[in-house]
Amino acid sequence: MAAAGLGLCRLAVLASGPGPLRAGVWGRLPPLAAGSRRHAAHFTFQPDAEPSAHGQTQKMNLFQSITSALDNTLSRDPTAVIFGEDVAFGGVFRCTVGLRDKYGKDRVFNTPLCEQGIVGFGIGVAVAGATAIAEIQFADYIFPAFDQIVNEAAKYRYRSGDLFNCGSLTIRAPWGCVGHGALYHSQSPEAFFAHCPGIKVVIPRSPLQAKGLLLSCIEDKNPCIFFEPKILYRAAVEQVPVEPYYIPLSQAEVLQEGSDVTLVAWGTQVHVIREVATMAQEKLGVSCEVIDLKTILPWDTEAVCKEECFLNLEAPISRVCGYDTPFPHIFEPFYIPDKWKCYDALRKMINY
Amino acid sequence: MRKMLLAALSRVLQGPAAAAAARPGAVSEVSRVVVASRNYADFASEATFDIKKCDLHRLEEGPPVTAVLTREEGLHYYRTMQTIRRMELKSDQLYKQKIIRGFCHLYDGQEACCVGLEAAINPTDHVITAYRAHGYAYTRGTAVREILAELTGRKGGCAKGKGGSMHMYAHHFYGGNGIVGAQVPLGAGIALACKYFGKDEICLTLYGDGAANQGQIFETYNMAALWKLPCIFICENNRYGMGTSVERAAASTDYYKRGDYIPGIRVDGMDILCVREATKFAAEHCRSGKGPMLMELQTYRYHGHSMSDPGISYRTREEIQEVRSKSDPITLLKDRMVNNSLSSVEELKEIDVEVRKEIEEAAQFATTDPEPPLEELGNHIYKNEPPFEVRGPSQWIKYKSVG
Repeated sequence: MAAAGLGLCRLAVLASGPGPLRAGVWGRLPPLAAGSRRHAAHFTFQPDAEPSAHGQTQKMNLFQSITSALDNTLSRDPTAVIFGEDVAFGGVFRCTVGLRDKYGKDRVFNTPLCEQGIVGFGIGVAVAGATAIAEIQFADYIFPAFDQIVNEAAKYRYRSGDLFNCGSLTIRAPWGCVGHGALYHSQSPEAFFAHCPGIKVVIPRSPLQAKGLLLSCIEDKNPCIFFEPKILYRAAVEQVPVEPYYIPLSQAEVLQEGSDVTLVAWGTQVHVIREVATMAQEKLGVSCEVIDLKTILPWDTEAVCKEECFLNLEAPISRVCGYDTPFPHIFEPFYIPDKWKCYDALRKMINY
Repeated sequence: MRKMLLAALSRVLQGPAAAAAARPGAVSEVSRVVVASRNYADFASEATFDIKKCDLHRLEEGPPVTAVLTREEGLHYYRTMQTIRRMELKSDQLYKQKIIRGFCHLYDGQEACCVGLEAAINPTDHVITAYRAHGYAYTRGTAVREILAELTGRKGGCAKGKGGSMHMYAHHFYGGNGIVGAQVPLGAGIALACKYFGKDEICLTLYGDGAANQGQIFETYNMAALWKLPCIFICENNRYGMGTSVERAAASTDYYKRGDYIPGIRVDGMDILCVREATKFAAEHCRSGKGPMLMELQTYRYHGHSMSDPGISYRTREEIQEVRSKSDPITLLKDRMVNNSLSSVEELKEIDVEVRKEIEEAAQFATTDPEPPLEELGNHIYKNEPPFEVRGPSQWIKYKSVG
């Protein structure tokens, strides 16, 4: 199951009306005519305002902001190395374009096809004191490395009594649905890592966020996994500072204040719920609070459920995400929790 | 009298017909006349060919250096390879028209591998490969229309449209696997089952030159050798792991030696007879209980890694052209057959025409077949007697899985 969104309702009552949505209601939709294809994305990227606090900015999309962050890191930290499959020529998503030419082939290099090896190797590099930035080509391929991440990286400091650590390891991976990725190029595996103490899991929603969060992950003295929403690589464009800047980890951001319903999401889904919030305001007169969680682990519990949260809830917490099936090859538009599904859940929650 | 006349006619017409054959694509009046009055007795029933000697690792003897090809076999291999070639080119076309979406890894250039392997094993043997699987889906018995319908994601596809290019399955063909190298331990497991059931079956476990660097491959080598599993590990070395050439990815590019304690042979993967003989040799080795064997097939793919890869940023067009002109598997077979009177250019052209027609019809089916119904989204997650509820996107959306 790909969890891409989260809905919390502070003030609502569940209607005991006609019962839960019957199975197969979606099945009453006419079958897609052969040849008809969905081309539009399920979200509209909403850029943030140009920041003034960090000096000169440049128009960058997501992969360019990642390149900029890596460029800053390699220039300031002489021990930093970047490695992964195909990173030398620039990477399959162009996140490392130009870095090998600029910093040399012993700092930006390709590994063979071996995820477990890449992460294990990265842990070693980090333990020895260098800054290791490992790329896993798609988040779907991170599973051979799961043991290394969970059993080795996450526990190194703890089991050695702080004698050793691999805090200078950052693992980057393209993440999330992209429209045509099917089973193995669309997964969002953050939930698997969300229960592993010792690592940090971060997912940005935009180029501006990505650069700041990635630089924070690299600086952070703990192993971090940085998932980059691949559908935003080109689609998201913002004015991003050229110099390095840091966005703190484990701090959620309230994008829009509201009083009736709280919507929490991360990555691409933040843009979906922003639209849902607008729809809810216009059509239902409901005031929504929109929160970008950013760091999945350790997450900002304080921002999301302030104080005696549970007793204040007027409706059960609702999660809106993908179906409990593998990410499908052809049903993708139906599978993903687009704004209509979120809006529908919100509406039902209001009427609880 | 009639025979003499025919013989004289064919001798007279041989000259211009041969010249016509030399011009690719030329259809001359002369060859049309020859087709009309062709006598099948003019063809030889079989011929013997010299094939390249295989490099050996931990083996005293290798596969034979000559191979006998009968006319029927030759025509069958030609037709099969041509069908795969045309099918892949049609997939290319459909992808560019955006009728096929997602990922599409094409097999053209490597046809001799799958057809040669199939020729050497029984239909009851087992095959498992990675994502470049269209050729194997065909040789293992899936119809072209089902393959193309699977690519276009329709319910007539061999996996009901739920798998796509990378996940095609057939009788005793276990796919079609997306995660690189993950299929190799599965292959060993299938081989164990073969040994256990005692039905004299073997498993062909294929992977690529990129996958050869995955850790689980070596774990599998150990298990297979330790338990003497009837498994043939086959590395289809097409020189590039996506965009990385073998020299840049592997400390040792002698993939047939990578099994270390497992005997290995390196085979010319562009020559179907070489592949067939080597596979027969390896299959015999496995069936006799001697344990696994490793084969490296040296082959080449004309297309890029997938349809999103133009295939020319890490290799030159000249290289691709060179392989196409000197080592194309279909051309090699065709030349052999024509030069040894196993067939004629015209007969093979006829096969080409039939194959083209078959592919066109299949493409027509693939574009017009309806998509699977939305109920299929939740099906086949688990096997359950009563249908169970799949969690939907929110707690109010329920979805039933009925199988």
